[in-house]
Amino acid sequence: MLYYSLKRFALALLVALTVSLISFSLLYISSDPAIAMAGETATDADIEAIRQLYGFDRPILVQYFDWLQRALAGDLGQSYYFRTNVSALIAERLPTTMTLGVTAILFAITLAVPLGVAAAIRPNSLIDRIALFLSVMGQALPSFWFALMLIVLLSVNLRLLPTSGSDTWLHLVMPTVVLGYYAAPAIMRLTRTGMLEVLSTDYIRTARAKGLRPPVVLFKHALRNAIIPVVSLAAVQFGFMLGGSIVVETIFALHGAGFLAWESITRNDLPTVQGLILVFSLFYIVLTFFADLINAWLDPRIRIN
Amino acid sequence: MASSSKSEPVKIAAPLWGRSLRHQGVVIGALIVAMVVLIALCAPLIAPHDPYYQDLLARLKPPVWDDRGSWDHILGTDHLGRDYLSRLIYGARISLLIGIGAALISGLIGTIMGVMAGYFGGRVDMVVTFLITVRLSMPVVLVALAVVAIVGGSLQVVIMVLGLLLWDRFAVVMRSSTLQIRSMDYVAAAQAVGCSTTRVLMTEIMPNVVNNLIVIATLEMAHAIILEAALSFLGLGVQPPLPSWGLMVSEGKDMMLFEPWLITIPGVALFLLVLSINLLGDGVRDITAPENRN
Repeated sequence: MLYYSLKRFALALLVALTVSLISFSLLYISSDPAIAMAGETATDADIEAIRQLYGFDRPILVQYFDWLQRALAGDLGQSYYFRTNVSALIAERLPTTMTLGVTAILFAITLAVPLGVAAAIRPNSLIDRIALFLSVMGQALPSFWFALMLIVLLSVNLRLLPTSGSDTWLHLVMPTVVLGYYAAPAIMRLTRTGMLEVLSTDYIRTARAKGLRPPVVLFKHALRNAIIPVVSLAAVQFGFMLGGSIVVETIFALHGAGFLAWESITRNDLPTVQGLILVFSLFYIVLTFFADLINAWLDPRIRIN
Repeated sequence: MASSSKSEPVKIAAPLWGRSLRHQGVVIGALIVAMVVLIALCAPLIAPHDPYYQDLLARLKPPVWDDRGSWDHILGTDHLGRDYLSRLIYGARISLLIGIGAALISGLIGTIMGVMAGYFGGRVDMVVTFLITVRLSMPVVLVALAVVAIVGGSLQVVIMVLGLLLWDRFAVVMRSSTLQIRSMDYVAAAQAVGCSTTRVLMTEIMPNVVNNLIVIATLEMAHAIILEAALSFLGLGVQPPLPSWGLMVSEGKDMMLFEPWLITIPGVALFLLVLSINLLGDGVRDITAPENRN
């Protein structure tokens, strides 16, 4: 287990380094960052001054290692727009996005797992067909459009929920649904196949044969085993959600990291965009790392291969 | 031997067609996709108006089912007085172009990576698996938005960006399919007779993984179409005045409280197209490789 953990950790580190290199080079595929920083009214001398002040005249690799060194210490550079530290900016916005992500993944799981289990108990029954129908529909629904339709229906016509902002928990209901529904189909399908597979095993037949009550067989013996792959899928989906929150936060004007990303992109604030890409990626890398560890701990076969 | 050479050749195509026609998803999906393709191809013939012609005196005319609507503009007009039905019809071209273009590029990248990894294994496999992990850890929407903002939004840029970002699933599936096929006896036989690696890949491996390739290509097409709409909706995809469906929703957003049909119509079109492509993809998988469900 220790060997596996170390190997997996080294891989995560390597992935993180590569991602940092990619998000760093994003700044340079654009144009001269000195020109971007100086603004439109700057003279050539101004640009040259900024270039030397920020060290843009040094070789790119030197700049990368310099940036990496400071990033490791938690300093992601200065925002072009806010003129403040990017790390502080992101740290200030991240809690909103995290809250939204957690409620959304919980919503997806509470919707998808029971449906998946119900569908697996009676394959090809009405409930199985309804679950399949919902998942096919859900995957085709564009989230930005779904969000707007919810606003028109729930906020404007029925006046049930507020449209934008993040003051009360009511403000989180629609964003949670919009962010969460997209992850539900995949979780539902995986729960269903997992349950179907486990329910056909010998130990379930034995459990039934020795007269255990059906709920005990179903939840204690079957679901426990079927849920293992679902846990790692949920972790992956949670990572994807943080990246996808950019659309949802923009529509509902939730001032989280996703909204910051959209604002920064439209303002050409590249250091902030760079920092956000790095933070979102790191979060995903950490999540999958722990999901893999949990899986390996639960299922020894993974460790050996 | 003599008797078997006389027997009828086994027809594989016929039962495949039969199964397709009995599969509801495939039939419904294929019908809608075919209709959208036809509409896109014949756009100049069937669009009642010029999709770019602005008539500021006829702004925000509601669709024909509304009391104030008229048959002149069946789906009404937008905030610049452009005919909504015509824009919707031309918009089908954009969605399909994005879907096909992005799926072709990402399909090429992902297939090469996946097949190489699956066939050669070892270091090649390690590098490809690593690249897939790196790609998966980058947030797609954020990276796509940032690149489009830096390079500038246009149809070509969006196709390129999505094509370069969406190859992960191709690579994953092609890798595992190739791994499966590689251990077959006929591959070993081909290698034993001295076929070159290229020949083994092209004549033994590729024909056997092409079914899975088609399925992933359809599903990624739908994925690309939905992402383009989201990018355009956020203002960093296809640029106005092109009639992208995502852009139409974005332009109608400010007036959605008074004229909800402005966002309902392009949204439903988008939903139907993506749904039918997904139905088709899922259905083809059910028919050709039922063991690969989920």
